[in-house]
Amino acid sequence: MILNQILFYFFALLAIGSAILMVTRRNIVHSAVFLISTLLATAGIFLQLQAEFLFVVQIILYVGGIMVLFIFVIMLVNLDVALRQIQFNRQKYVAGVLTLVLATQVFFALWVARAGLNLTNPADKMPVRNTEAIGDAIFQRYMLPFEIASVLLLVAMIGAVVMAKRRV
Amino acid sequence: MIPTEAYLILSLALFTIGVVGVLTRRNVIIVLMSIELILNAVNINLVAFSRHFGSVDGQVFAIFIITDAAAEAAVGLGIILAFFRNRETVLADEMDMLKW
Amino acid sequence: MGHLIPSSIAPYVLPVVYAVVIVAVLPLLAGYIVLLERKVMADMQARLGPMRVGPHGLLQPIADAVKLLLKEDIIPANADKLMFWMAPLVSVTMALLAYAALPIGPAFQIADLNVGLLFILGISSLGIYGIVLGGWASNSHYSLLGALRSAAQLVSYETAAGLGLVSALLLAGSLSMKEIVQAQYDQGTWFIFSVPVGFFIYMVGSIAETNRAPFDLPEAESELVAGYMTEYSGFRWSLYFLAEYANMIIVAGIATTLFLGGWLRPFARWHDHFPGTSLEFFDVIPSLVFLAAAGYCFYLAPKQPVQIQKIVIAAFGAACLLLAGAMAAALFASPAVMAGIHGAFWFMAKVVAYLYAFLWFRFTFPRYRFDQLMRLGWRFLIPLALVNVIDVGIAIILRQELGWSPFWAMLLMTLVTLGVAMWLASEGAKPASTLQPADTEI
Repeated sequence: MILNQILFYFFALLAIGSAILMVTRRNIVHSAVFLISTLLATAGIFLQLQAEFLFVVQIILYVGGIMVLFIFVIMLVNLDVALRQIQFNRQKYVAGVLTLVLATQVFFALWVARAGLNLTNPADKMPVRNTEAIGDAIFQRYMLPFEIASVLLLVAMIGAVVMAKRRV
Repeated sequence: MIPTEAYLILSLALFTIGVVGVLTRRNVIIVLMSIELILNAVNINLVAFSRHFGSVDGQVFAIFIITDAAAEAAVGLGIILAFFRNRETVLADEMDMLKW
Repeated sequence: MGHLIPSSIAPYVLPVVYAVVIVAVLPLLAGYIVLLERKVMADMQARLGPMRVGPHGLLQPIADAVKLLLKEDIIPANADKLMFWMAPLVSVTMALLAYAALPIGPAFQIADLNVGLLFILGISSLGIYGIVLGGWASNSHYSLLGALRSAAQLVSYETAAGLGLVSALLLAGSLSMKEIVQAQYDQGTWFIFSVPVGFFIYMVGSIAETNRAPFDLPEAESELVAGYMTEYSGFRWSLYFLAEYANMIIVAGIATTLFLGGWLRPFARWHDHFPGTSLEFFDVIPSLVFLAAAGYCFYLAPKQPVQIQKIVIAAFGAACLLLAGAMAAALFASPAVMAGIHGAFWFMAKVVAYLYAFLWFRFTFPRYRFDQLMRLGWRFLIPLALVNVIDVGIAIILRQELGWSPFWAMLLMTLVTLGVAMWLASEGAKPASTLQPADTEI
């Protein structure tokens, strides 16, 4: 019980702190490392929400795949001169105000509806065998999105190879 | 048991930080990374509601979002590489050849 | 004892004890595996190996550790200090974290996750960051190129190894390591006999995953200096080294659990007894193995030239006798204790056999060039692994829906997969003019 809360606050603070650091670093590789730390904290949150398969999928795909791709590209386009230029563009104040308005709107929506949504009593009927339940769902109810996702990945793979190829 | 609201607030915070990153940074790679952060925030939201209602559909949706993010990151980084080879820059302000 | 531990922390005591044991024993074990490798290398090259430091070189790892701890800690100029400090840490942390889900015998597992196998695979894939960030943070061209090559190799072969594992998972039906071993007990065969092609793919993939020869281009001494480890010296280098050997034991543990029956003894379902007792035939094998080892030690002891070597070998013989006695005594204890101790013995025996195969391959095969390595991974192993998964699926359908016996279904599908493998290999061996030039820039 208390361990649950400690773990939640640990992962939440790690995620938010790493996210803020990621957005403000000057060095791109440091930003990438902080994004990796955010993604790992998110994986911890998934594990706490009893989504074990999603926990490992997040680690294998997001951290072990997508971020490796990011780090490769960062190392290929690394410009020393970029470290000394201005990092934030000219619209930063307007963007800040708009984002604050957006966040306030969503928070207000949650606050007003909190009694009706009954968000403090989560149901306790998650299926015990998480991987088997996800397998059942993907291959029975969500078969069409699964096939579309595979076509999407094929298209993305061909597109990425074509984009990154040197002109032979 | 942590209430679902806590996860929603966490998701909102990460989403906000991601939006700030997308709108404010000049370096296109950091913009892409902020987009990944936004997608992650949405994933936390979906999985929190999946546990709230006891069904696994939210997690399946989150898996598809991760798949989507992978595809988009691959193509986006390919575009950045191609652009970098031509113009030697990764700053969004300097990618202005289509402006009049 | 159970009354002294408050119930709120009682579930955490045993896993913490196991974790402390693993973290304490593993560096020593890794050091002695290095010594074992040098001795085996020497044996295969008809020489003796380290003999000076301690009798038969047994104190060599300790001497190496002391030397590494006392070396000067050099950080290259203009290196990114945070990343430079953090990279070996990431490697070692991920290598040790993977032990959390590895079962060494039925009673020794820190956490029986129901996605245990994927957890270990995921944590192993996080080890790539230690390599990539270390290479980049060293601010040196050789390090960066070696790191990028190594990361590309790891990512490619991780896919192939994972697909090789999937073919065994189709038979096991679960991702939990305990249930996989239980499935091998229920089906009566180790999965290496059901899906030998899957085992082969996983073995090749795991050799590339751990940067071992013949796939050790990123860290070989004659290539790119030492790859990503070039600028690391002293204790930081020893952390990378520890991470590599810990990774080797992890992949051996995964292969043992999935393909070699985990902690099951050979013929686990033959319960033939010695007449008159309840002692099963195959349960005396551990004691016999240790007795044979003790006998060999006592046979060698008088032949040593130096007094101290005689004493040490005789001490080894005595230790083997003690272990033989322990194995025999375990037969008369409760079934849980016996399963635990004998299970641990069989698991470690299989891991040692797999690691010996690793060492054997290192000194037998010449090194692959980087483009040959990538071609092998992407053009041979991954298509073969995909075809293997499909074929195992067809074999399962033949068995369940059409009622074929498991032996004939698996045999037929293995032959089909081998045919595809031969076709892929012959296509890769065509003269280079008919293949596209490699478009890699790394």
